[in-house]
Amino acid sequence: MSTPAEPTADPTVDTATDARAIGVLTRSPWRQPLAVIGIVVIVGWLLVAVLAPMIAPADPLAQTFGKLSPPSAEHPFGTDNLNRDVLSRVLHGARISIPLAMLLVVLSAVVGAIMGGIAGYFGGWVDAAIMRVTDLVFAFPAIILAMAVSAALGPGLSNAVLALTIVLWPGYARVIRGLVLSAGQQEYVQASRLLGSSALRTLTVELGPSVAGPVLVLVALDVGNAILLLSGLSFLGLGAQPPAAEWGAMVSAGTAVFDSWWVGLFPGLAILTVVLGFNFLGDTIRDALDPRTARAIRS
Amino acid sequence: MLLRFVLRRLLAGVLLCVGVTLVSFLLTNAVPGDPVTANLGQRAVEDPAAVAAFREAHGLDKPLPQQYVIYLGNLLTGDFGESQQTHRPVATDLGDKVPATLELALTAIVITLVVGVGLGVVAALARDRWPDQVLRVVSLFGVSMPTFWLALVGYYFISFQLDLLPAGGRLPPGTRPPTAITGMYTLDALLTGNWTAFGAAFSRLLLPALVLAAFTVGVMLRFTRAAVLEVLGNDYVRAARAKGLPESTVVRRHVLRPALVSVITVAGVAFANLLSGTVLVEKIFSWRGVGEYAFTSALALDLPAIMGVSLVVAVVYVLVNLVVDVTYGLVDPRIRQS
Repeated sequence: MSTPAEPTADPTVDTATDARAIGVLTRSPWRQPLAVIGIVVIVGWLLVAVLAPMIAPADPLAQTFGKLSPPSAEHPFGTDNLNRDVLSRVLHGARISIPLAMLLVVLSAVVGAIMGGIAGYFGGWVDAAIMRVTDLVFAFPAIILAMAVSAALGPGLSNAVLALTIVLWPGYARVIRGLVLSAGQQEYVQASRLLGSSALRTLTVELGPSVAGPVLVLVALDVGNAILLLSGLSFLGLGAQPPAAEWGAMVSAGTAVFDSWWVGLFPGLAILTVVLGFNFLGDTIRDALDPRTARAIRS
Repeated sequence: MLLRFVLRRLLAGVLLCVGVTLVSFLLTNAVPGDPVTANLGQRAVEDPAAVAAFREAHGLDKPLPQQYVIYLGNLLTGDFGESQQTHRPVATDLGDKVPATLELALTAIVITLVVGVGLGVVAALARDRWPDQVLRVVSLFGVSMPTFWLALVGYYFISFQLDLLPAGGRLPPGTRPPTAITGMYTLDALLTGNWTAFGAAFSRLLLPALVLAAFTVGVMLRFTRAAVLEVLGNDYVRAARAKGLPESTVVRRHVLRPALVSVITVAGVAFANLLSGTVLVEKIFSWRGVGEYAFTSALALDLPAIMGVSLVVAVVYVLVNLVVDVTYGLVDPRIRQS
């Protein structure tokens, strides 16, 4: 869960350090057990998301399995209050949470890139105005702002993604603004501007590539966080609507049938493992990028 | 110099609060649906006099910018509108709920600072050895934990199955709260010397506060570790070691102090996190606070209540950051001058 989109990396990260991060992971993966575990968990969950209809023992929406029966050989995760198979619902949940979290961070990064690019390139009052807006968003705790926005838009998964984009873009905008400010000083960018390139061309063709690397790292670091926020909104009833097999909504259903612990336990474990996977990987990348800790990793 | 710094920060905070009111005003207006119906309910709408009175009181017949000024004026007099569910002024509702949440969040921030900072220092001093590795995994578990799920699992196993801590509500059913001074039961009980009430309130506060702190402890642990490592790399630390000071003195006198100064800055962010978390935790522990209020209001699309909560929380956040900035400025002269 999260800070109102606190920038997760140092804005001064340059592309050389990205190459170093990738190098750390490809050259000596076995020295980074956490990253390896993270990758295995993420790939595992992605496979589950793709293969869910084939590997799930039952239809996640079928209500024909008996009410609240505890875990058994037939239903390893038990059944819920609407006679549905919890294992099938957990497996199908991967098809909702993971792709939507990825969509969410990409959307936030795109909006952040546009706003941050404009702020960094034009400077002056445009920059000041955009930065004040980011301050404003940071002043709201993430879930509460997202709650207010999605309550206003009406509950639903797409509105939840939209609401969380509003919460998350300022983090990206700040980092990208910093990158554009520092990269904009490079001679090749100045030369391109002197040759009469438009702002759009300078930002996309000249600055785009040097900004893309660090931003991709940020996006990867943020997926776990996005899953927590999205499932949190669904838990509150503002994201996925019944009967969707969404993890947060399933935990929420578990609170209603408190004694039947398996209804809420397993979907929550799914969230925990997939977010841990992303954070294990992310933490290793962050460490590799951080000059204070990079040496310890490489040695 | 210091006064000017404080005033500048104060002004920035006030501007931010005004911005927050603008956002909440625009959000209220962006919502499809008639605010008259939303605020007065179906029955009252059939009474033309009530509608006219409401429209005039909230200036709904005037252009938007003028409406905003009226809205600001209403806020300044403490009029947040009326909640559709409780049919009470939002300000009154908030007055009841804010102390409950504050009690929970303050306890959680104390846990965060003690446990997170303590373990962070341990991790940094044991860098790359097993305690550091273990704590790294611990902190990653903390930041990966869905708070709402941890609350459910903690409630079920620790409170319900193992019966280690009571949970659910702020006091045992049927208990009268201690004489209200701050509205925070534990503090009120302490102030009035009511030890039984303190025990009852504190034991129910502990589990939700621990659940709430899990995420921020993870964040604080990693941050403190990085801060201490950064200080350890400084030349003056090497100098202190070179002149033969025992390691414990070096750490205590030359490392911890500067490292902990930068920990102050994260405390503000951690607090915002906790406020987010309360929404999820209060629901499960039946803690009648701002988070639970925000949740029920959001589900019922009770806009005046949602906006009231957003405003209060944002103002608290701005205030906390102001305190953080000023404290930071006080202990580190370099910040004042920039």
